Amino acid sequence: METLLQQTVNGLVVGSVYALVALGYTMVYGILGLINFAHGDILMVGALVALEAIRLLQLHAPGLGLIPTLLAGLSVSVLVCMLLGYTIERTAYRRLRNAPRLAPLITAIGVSFLLQTIAMIIWGRNYHTFPQLVSTTPLEPVAGVFITPVQIAILVVSAVLMVALVLLVNKTRLGRAMRATAENHKVASLMGVDTNKIIAATFVIGSGLAAVAGVMFSSNYGIAHYAMGFMPGLKAFTAAVLGGIGNLGGAMLGGLVLGLVESIGAGYIEDLSFGFLNSSYQDIFAFLILGIVLIFRPTGLLGERVADRA
Amino acid sequence: MKRSLVALAVLGLGASLAQAQEVIKLGVAAPLTGTQAHLGKDIENGVRLALDEYNAKGISLGGKKVRFELQAEDDQADPKTATTVAQRLADSGVKGVIGHLNSGASIPASRIYNEAGLPQVSPASTNPKLTQQGFKATFRTIANDVQQGLAIGKYAATKLGKKVALIDDRTAYGQGLADEVEKAVKANGGSLTGREFTSDKATDFLAILTRIKAQNPEVIVYSGMDTQAGPMLKQIKQLGINAKFITGDGGCTGEVIKLAGDAIGGSAYCTQPGLPLDKMPGGKNFNERFKKRFNADVQIYAPYSYDAASAIIEAMKAANSADPAKYAPAIGKVNFPGVIGTVAFDAKGDIKDGAVTVYQFKSGKWEAVQ
Repeated sequence: METLLQQTVNGLVVGSVYALVALGYTMVYGILGLINFAHGDILMVGALVALEAIRLLQLHAPGLGLIPTLLAGLSVSVLVCMLLGYTIERTAYRRLRNAPRLAPLITAIGVSFLLQTIAMIIWGRNYHTFPQLVSTTPLEPVAGVFITPVQIAILVVSAVLMVALVLLVNKTRLGRAMRATAENHKVASLMGVDTNKIIAATFVIGSGLAAVAGVMFSSNYGIAHYAMGFMPGLKAFTAAVLGGIGNLGGAMLGGLVLGLVESIGAGYIEDLSFGFLNSSYQDIFAFLILGIVLIFRPTGLLGERVADRA
Repeated sequence: MKRSLVALAVLGLGASLAQAQEVIKLGVAAPLTGTQAHLGKDIENGVRLALDEYNAKGISLGGKKVRFELQAEDDQADPKTATTVAQRLADSGVKGVIGHLNSGASIPASRIYNEAGLPQVSPASTNPKLTQQGFKATFRTIANDVQQGLAIGKYAATKLGKKVALIDDRTAYGQGLADEVEKAVKANGGSLTGREFTSDKATDFLAILTRIKAQNPEVIVYSGMDTQAGPMLKQIKQLGINAKFITGDGGCTGEVIKLAGDAIGGSAYCTQPGLPLDKMPGGKNFNERFKKRFNADVQIYAPYSYDAASAIIEAMKAANSADPAKYAPAIGKVNFPGVIGTVAFDAKGDIKDGAVTVYQFKSGKWEAVQ
């Protein structure tokens, strides 16, 4: 029982990082029908920029407390990533707005490589130790479950950001314009919505979330390096598809479900399969669930049936 | 008139020098990008130092002065890329290859080198299979995992605790080593509480560690690389697991200490095939030369790649030829004092008397205990 609870906590922490990243995929897909493969790498840039900012702060303002340093580093990294998201949209995707769907997809993969290579040139190929400013020493175990302050912070921050995003999309003018653009670009622009601005805003918000996810990821594991965005990016994309790509609630649910399935899958797959399978099938287990969900619900857990929009 | 004659003579001399100096290319294949790039670069630099030093000495083969050049290829620690890179090296006319790092890359690539008749000396691949394929010119300068796994399993079961949990990263290296550890643990009266698996790109081990925690082992053996071992140590602490930790050469680096931060302590051990740099016969001197040339520390493999390159060149000298067909048989017969000790190979191509050293984490660094 203790083990099951611990695995649930493990899964929720990983899952909420996936969920934050998945939101970025799903927002862009919802509005543009584009799978932005560079999104995972924005997470990487977020983590590395925060690392750099925190190092500088620790060097020049050592008196600043741990949490203010982290928050300052986080703010810098969110700003840089928002700017980066805007730049990528402006330079790489906007010109291809009316091109066949494959063109922006390939461009996205290109941007992903570009970001990784630039990061490799700036930060080198080694793993960096990320300063863990929120403690990773476990608290007094509750019911045998070990949880660290940084894990609690991840859960809280993700929950707050997700609620904020849902409010933004559903309650504000910007949100309404985003929903209108997602439904139909042309009609939205006829109604006076500056769709270019809205699309840029989507990229900016998504990139900001990815930066936060990157800082949380690195704070949790204590590492950062130029290729770190690939796996969380892939998993978050899977989560977005699992939940129903284009659907915000779906991305969150997908992320959490994927995290839980992975964690519990790795912990119990050997017992469940009577020793036939083992934890090397951890990822297969997650994708098996994805496959099964997509067979019965081709649009994902919460996805709506979308008529062909292209 | 006189002056132009001199000029002509100088020109002629220059031309004949250039003509006489034949360039021999040696290939290096290792991950130069990706998570293991620092180790790949270590290998490349080891070879570069060897070639620089032989070039400075001046070697003649078959009456012609030769100069060695290095062609480095990036295998990205990936088996598929490794075969592409191997083919590229074979096609570009290199006379021998030092590489690869990962067993998973070395083994598929060795087939291509074998077909092309190219000698391959790996400075880092420890999977036993590499030299068991019956290829005549596949060698390694590092002890293999049969020797290393035996040492880890024996040390774990006899010195650290009888109940052992085993994790490997499913690479040819991790899996091969873990198989030997499992055998040795059982042979030394220990038992396995469970065997878990991860990947060489993973960062989150909480799920498998939670499972291990429930089985309550005394020792956790990790068979994989430093970039996983570091975060893993942190997560072991995070989950409040009180087991000793031991890992193989892939995790026996300074990188692990950096990445694990305050989560690494006296209950962390690692093993390294061969001797510690300061106990290698040529270690101290090598370290100084290496630092002077590259302004970087030796990670792990530079002495082994240096000796691998030396073995190839010594064999060329013995055969008085850089033709792979002629000098390949001579590699098996080399016997010279290298950085790592006497370099000589057994019938399969493994280094003779490959020693394995156990290290314990003490006051900020790995210290040899056995």
